[in-house]
Amino acid sequence: MITFRGVSKVYTAGGREVAALRNVSLRVEAGEIHGVLGQSGAGKSTLIRCANLLERPTEGSVSVDGQDLLALSPEALRKARQGIGMIFQHFNLFGSKTVAANVAYPLEVAGAPREAIRERVEELLSLVGLSDKAQAYPSQLSGGQKQRVGIARALAPRPRVLLSDEATSALDPETTRSVLGLLRDINQKLGVTLLLITHQMDVVKAICDSVSVLERGRLVEQGKVTELLAHPSTRLHQLCFPAFAPPTDAPSGRRVALTLAGEHARRPLLGTLARQFDVDALLVEGAMERVGNTRVGRLLVDLQGSAEAVSQALAYLREQGLTLEEAAHG
Amino acid sequence: MDSQLPRLLGVATGETLYMTSVAAALVLLAGLPLGVLLVVTDRGGLWERPALNRVLGTLVNVGRSVPFIILMVAIVPLTRLLVGTTIGTTAAIVPLVVAAIPFMGRVVEQSLREVDAGLVEAAIAMGSTHRRIVFQVLIPEALPSLVRGTALVIISLLGYSAMAGAVGGGGLGDLAVKYGYMRFRTDVMVGCLVVLLVLVQFVQWLGDALASRFDHTGARSSR
Repeated sequence: MITFRGVSKVYTAGGREVAALRNVSLRVEAGEIHGVLGQSGAGKSTLIRCANLLERPTEGSVSVDGQDLLALSPEALRKARQGIGMIFQHFNLFGSKTVAANVAYPLEVAGAPREAIRERVEELLSLVGLSDKAQAYPSQLSGGQKQRVGIARALAPRPRVLLSDEATSALDPETTRSVLGLLRDINQKLGVTLLLITHQMDVVKAICDSVSVLERGRLVEQGKVTELLAHPSTRLHQLCFPAFAPPTDAPSGRRVALTLAGEHARRPLLGTLARQFDVDALLVEGAMERVGNTRVGRLLVDLQGSAEAVSQALAYLREQGLTLEEAAHG
Repeated sequence: MDSQLPRLLGVATGETLYMTSVAAALVLLAGLPLGVLLVVTDRGGLWERPALNRVLGTLVNVGRSVPFIILMVAIVPLTRLLVGTTIGTTAAIVPLVVAAIPFMGRVVEQSLREVDAGLVEAAIAMGSTHRRIVFQVLIPEALPSLVRGTALVIISLLGYSAMAGAVGGGGLGDLAVKYGYMRFRTDVMVGCLVVLLVLVQFVQWLGDALASRFDHTGARSSR
């Protein structure tokens, strides 16, 4: 649905060249929610603004819904943009227009008839739960309500793609959850493809199907969220589960780090070790995280028992396909 | 002698109102497009034309740096061309307009530049034409500020019009000089000042009232 091929963006500032994006290639499949995760200054903002040519890449190509955006005439680009919704961190609602007029704006741009606009606005405001605020001005709304208006406005011309530029970064955690829930609903019910950028791992875990990790203008990783998180070697896993601090106590057994994902996260593995191998597992540190509909976790355990039993238990875990790393003994 | 005062003040006030209101209408008509052009032709603007922008900017600066009294006599040929005469109230409108257009242009430019760039970006992202961005986004969003700026320009026009006596334009300023100053008529002087003060206050009040009526960015919700 969205394809970036070798996209670079170089700014010239005060005679110096600064590369915001370096040779970024990215593919977002139709109907999925793709997150681009990166710290501020990583180039996320530039990346998402290239997806509707608010920024023109210096090199490479960008296509959305089968159209090569850079090849379009200004007129055709305007038309294409009407099919690409966008929501913003600071909402960017028109303060001089009512909520209803804000949502109506893109429909007027598209030249829809007045009656159709009125109906569509009502429908959208009810979708985002703000029917009673139609005649209010943005300044009278809370942050979460503003973003809902932003979402309604972006969806008005029935876009197939929605771009989200840090849409929840200015919101409190509870409002963030409800806005993310709304985006998830929209994705599932309307089949809108979502490309979002964020610096919050929580956003990726909550709603993204696939993810790209952007660092200093380069894509360092790309894949399904659950698959990347299942492997301790990935950048995403390391960002989600910070390395365990060096132990201050002596291990009370063989210390291993386990990564649980998919099937493994649904089975009582530690109990199995105790029953089948007579090995006790002492939990040292760890976390289980919900990712979409599954769980992923990383645990540091001390396996206690006879050396032979522990070896057998480890062999069993490896056989099960678990990723485990033995902690170096200090 | 005292019975002259109301008549004198009435005529002069009429002349001042005539000069200022006609000039204000023309200044608005020309200043708004000028301000829009100054914004959109700038680097990074919607319709980037750096050369045109520089020319306009320079013209505006030249216009603003010539003192009004000098401008008034300097553009006498233009005045003759436009209204057929170089003296009288109508003739005084020409220099008033010429002097205030650059000022209005800058006022409009500044108001439009205060509009959050994010709104323009959102409008572009929704596929708006430049025309729609100017008329549906930039101007409505800047409206309270534009109205306040317009009040400022009209008040300046009231001030400029006091000098119109130099070309026989009459008005309150002229009356104050000829009667109040040269004939030592303190009553006329005070009368002129009071009328000017009331006019300025009225324009300012109207500007503020309209501006806050158009302002939906928070202040209104508490009313």
